Amino acid sequence: MSNETTFEPRIVAFLCNWCTYAGADLAGTGRKQYQANVRIIKLPCTGGIDPLFLIKAFERGADGILVSGCHPGDCHYNSGNYHARRRWNVFKPLLEFCGINPDRIQFSWISAAEGGKWVETINSVIDAVRVLGPFEGYQKINAIGPEGPGEGFAPSSDTTGCECK
Amino acid sequence: MIEALRKKAEELLKNKTVSVVFGYGEGSTPERTRPVFITKPEEVNKLTWNKYCVYNLTTYLKRQETRKLGKPAIVVKGCDARTLIVLMKESQIKREDVYILGVSCDGVGDPLAEKCKACDVHTPRIYDDLIGEKGENKELPFDERYAELDEYENLSEKEKWEFWQKQFEKCIKCYACSNICPLCFCDRCIVEKNQPQWIDPSAHARGNLSWNVTRAYHLAGRCINCEECQRVCPVDIPLNLLNKKLAKEAEKNFNYRPGYNIDDELAMSTYNEKDNQDFVR
Ligand code: SF4
Ligand code: SF4
Ligand code: SF4
Repeated sequence: MSNETTFEPRIVAFLCNWCTYAGADLAGTGRKQYQANVRIIKLPCTGGIDPLFLIKAFERGADGILVSGCHPGDCHYNSGNYHARRRWNVFKPLLEFCGINPDRIQFSWISAAEGGKWVETINSVIDAVRVLGPFEGYQKINAIGPEGPGEGFAPSSDTTGCECK
Repeated sequence: MIEALRKKAEELLKNKTVSVVFGYGEGSTPERTRPVFITKPEEVNKLTWNKYCVYNLTTYLKRQETRKLGKPAIVVKGCDARTLIVLMKESQIKREDVYILGVSCDGVGDPLAEKCKACDVHTPRIYDDLIGEKGENKELPFDERYAELDEYENLSEKEKWEFWQKQFEKCIKCYACSNICPLCFCDRCIVEKNQPQWIDPSAHARGNLSWNVTRAYHLAGRCINCEECQRVCPVDIPLNLLNKKLAKEAEKNFNYRPGYNIDDELAMSTYNEKDNQDFVR
């Protein structure tokens, strides 16, 4: 168990149903281990991921985000990931312009066959965010009133991972 | 120029080409103008033109009250005319729905508006009639057009965060910025939707960040840099820096300037298989 001084980042991963989610699943069935800091949200397609989802994740206490879907050309709906890539091309720089570290919001292409790449990618996202530390800046603005965390804000000390090995 | 403008307006109203003229009228002091909506030929003397004509009148194309007045002729500067191109490309208006009275413009505001310092559309790129001299527009180099951003892009990450937090903190969620924007035309803005509540409606720092980022993002590859949102913001948040940053990224990555070339496809509703993906793992 982590003691109170070690920081365990909370990572939210937005994965497309057809590729990266299946890739992460493959890592699981292959008994590949990765760090338990990630909460996965499965969506039909990266093309349906409104950047507002990503802001909301930060709002609700995420320290880092990974968005991942099918490789270009592999989208189940033909072009969803191409459209998504366009949006990321402007959205990521906008967040950086506002002072959000680029390592806190990362993107990847991981196919259903790439269980290994999933493990590698998510581990490196988690490690990078662990180095950055908690997203204090954002968590501070989450506080409602001078007293501290408001509604919907989860305390940052616990990292409840899945226990199965 | 004013005479030419009035004469044209009178003619258009008389021969019923249009039923209303959206233009600038004199304001309460000489340094102000206000929008006027002329429906009778004998009222065209209310129209004026000077360097205080800052407003982008195309915003009245989205309003029910002014839409009701019938087909408009609309007075536009070069920057405003770009809005019309975007609106047409986004199927909000048809070319034949508006009569475009372009005015050639050397710059507005006192001091000169930021947008005018790097303007390359002094003569509107689309019009039915041009009032004033037809000048030769020369496209300014990319770096020059976005020079305003350099200072802010060069801040450290921490400085950026602190700068914007200070700005966003001031936001009172009055929505003047989206209200004035001619391209913010959704009947229900995302900020008004509460099932689920995507953006906190209170003027609290958390929702303020989400709101300001989202508003700017929804204008990505669309904003034509009229600076109206920033002008109306009662707490002086430099919204245009956000808009401009997005415009810069859209142009850099997709080689697209909103409302500039009428034949270009809308950047955010298309894609290219070769789009930049250096940042994708
Ligand atoms: S940006 Fe250009 S067209 Fe627009 S007001 Fe300034 S000088 Fe005139
Ligand atoms: S976002 Fe602001 S500058 Fe851009 S078009 Fe709208 S009002 Fe004009
Ligand atoms: S106009 Fe200014 S204060 Fe009002 S909602 Fe927009 S950013 Fe906030």
